[in-house]
Amino acid sequence: MALLDRTARGLFLWELVKGMALTFSYMFKPRVTLNYPYERGPTSPRFRGEHALRRYPNGEERCIACKLCEAICPALAITIEAEPREDGSRRTTRYDIDMTKCIYCGLCQEACPVDAIVEGPNLEFATETREELYYNKDKLLANGDRWEAQIAANLAADAPYR
Amino acid sequence: MTLTTIAFYAFAIVLLASAVRVITAKNPVHSVLFLILAFFNAAGLFVLIGAEFVAMILVIVYVGAVAVLFLFVVMMLDINFQELRQGFMQYMPVGLVVGAILAVELVFLATTQLAGGPVGGQANNAPIPPVDQMTNTEAIGHILYTDYVYAFQVSGLILLVAMIGAIVLTLRSRPGVRRQQIGQQLDRKRGEVVQVRKVPTRGGV
Amino acid sequence: MMSDILAQLGAFWADLPLIVRIVVGILTIVVPLLIGMAMLTYFERKVMAAMQLRQGPNMVGPFGLLQPFADGLKLLSKETVVPTQANAGVFFAAPMLTFLLALVAWAVIPFGEGLVLADINVGVLYLFAISSLGVYGIIMAGWASNSKYAFLGGLRAAAQMVSYEVSIGLVIITVLLCVGSLNLSKIVEAQKTVWFFIPLFPMFIIFFISALAETNRAPFDLPEGESELSGGFNVEYSSMTFALFFLGEYINMILMSGMTTVLFLGGWLPPLDIAPLNWIPGPLWFIAKITFVLFCFIWVRATLPRYRYDQLMRLGWKVFLPFSLIWVVLTSGVLVYFDLLPK
Repeated sequence: MALLDRTARGLFLWELVKGMALTFSYMFKPRVTLNYPYERGPTSPRFRGEHALRRYPNGEERCIACKLCEAICPALAITIEAEPREDGSRRTTRYDIDMTKCIYCGLCQEACPVDAIVEGPNLEFATETREELYYNKDKLLANGDRWEAQIAANLAADAPYR
Repeated sequence: MTLTTIAFYAFAIVLLASAVRVITAKNPVHSVLFLILAFFNAAGLFVLIGAEFVAMILVIVYVGAVAVLFLFVVMMLDINFQELRQGFMQYMPVGLVVGAILAVELVFLATTQLAGGPVGGQANNAPIPPVDQMTNTEAIGHILYTDYVYAFQVSGLILLVAMIGAIVLTLRSRPGVRRQQIGQQLDRKRGEVVQVRKVPTRGGV
Repeated sequence: MMSDILAQLGAFWADLPLIVRIVVGILTIVVPLLIGMAMLTYFERKVMAAMQLRQGPNMVGPFGLLQPFADGLKLLSKETVVPTQANAGVFFAAPMLTFLLALVAWAVIPFGEGLVLADINVGVLYLFAISSLGVYGIIMAGWASNSKYAFLGGLRAAAQMVSYEVSIGLVIITVLLCVGSLNLSKIVEAQKTVWFFIPLFPMFIIFFISALAETNRAPFDLPEGESELSGGFNVEYSSMTFALFFLGEYINMILMSGMTTVLFLGGWLPPLDIAPLNWIPGPLWFIAKITFVLFCFIWVRATLPRYRYDQLMRLGWKVFLPFSLIWVVLTSGVLVYFDLLPK
């Protein structure tokens, strides 16, 4: 009987028909992939993307040139030079991040006492040349201005867990 | 100059040229490829005289199957063909004699046929029966299964014997070789081959 | 009025020189065929995507419809690389041969009643001959590339196509037994009462599977075998030479679908000869059936994994050959016993 069963299954290509029916039924299921540049999956508030230097609401930059981020950076991607400004406050004259070295570990934002350097939600900052990935202070501040709303929202969302 | 004449000369010239290249080409693979071209043009000539069945069979059997195996073997060979060529001048006279005999026979046959000589008893330079009465597939079938049925069967038998001979020569049962038994594999049931055991902690199986 | 215009058109057509009529006939087949081939690649990607819950091409043009043309342009603008050790003449002849043979076969395919470029008496044999020549393009490519992957791919293709041609030939013989003619139009007309896939269903399946093997499609795409041969016979080809192989392969797919349609699915005939169905012109039915068979090609590709080579050979020689041989004998026996042989 088992032999008959097996022969009949083989002769009528039963397994084949079953497989084909399965793929055919999948044809009408909703797609699981996202149409990426137009649709995107959710990102965590803790997502570590492109760096940004933030400002206070009054427009004053947060960074106080404590160099903790430079010290903690395991990839030695951050270079800071500091000088007192005319009003006597301590500020950076140079704040460079070599994005080609950065490993996106997030230690810089953990180290920062004033939440100045953060890793924002942006992940699409590919460039055509390496030079464009050597970020200077202007670029980082511009990033901060551009992404401030989302960065602030992410920090607020993550605050209860810190 | 009608289209047919142009086609005839085109096929004939390419056929002859490629036939010459078959024996002059340095690379054996090129030789086989030219042989295929020659077959193909011969098929074209058959079509021109209205023998489309023979033409297609020529392409299917010789080009589609036999020449593929030829090419297969020649491509796999790793022989120094310069060495093989060394005896060329030595065998030249024999080759010339054989070629001459073939040529004389061909010319004799062609002239007697065209002149209505003794071979067929009639002028055989036109298809029999005429193309407009019967397709030549049918005509060949009629002749093959009536007048020449024994010859046809015998040729089939010879091929069968050759095939069986080849199988007998190469088939050997080697002991100790494990082969895939597809039937057995398909016959396996999950319950017979998989056993779920409760393994005691630190006890092992 | 309408018939006057048609009659005048017909007279005008008949007055044209033979060469012009032939060239126009060829163009009316080849141009739609090339567009159809482009659409087939799009169709394949979309259907495969749907079966794998993906999106498929959707960026170039509306719904990504222009994607095949973008791909074609990309291939055209690339550099043709010839390996230094390659046999240049054969290397370039191979893709041209593949492409040419794929196109040449279409001369005898009947698109509708009387709509055929060359209505020759041995149409089936012609198709069979052309498809058996297709192996040369691949084997030449494999040899001329002078690369071990390409060579292995070429050898595999040769062995595979020769093996499956045998069972295709036997299937064709079965159909011919029921028709009594080698003319493709006659084969279609013989299916007026019943399409041959119903009485000859097992042969239909064997023909379809052999067609998959003959066109090197999944699950029999061992000559390409990108996972083990990194592209097989066309590994060394780039740019236009690769494009020609690609075109040839897909046009061959359409050709084999056309052959399946003519032999088993009643060609241009509607399923039933009743009012709403026979209003639709024959060529549209033909195209619809070809599309259905092509869908099955893609469906199989989306479902089944690639065969192992020895399994492929086993299937061809130990399963299909005896089975189709038995079926030939059985069919002729039934036809003779019930006196159904076509006169």
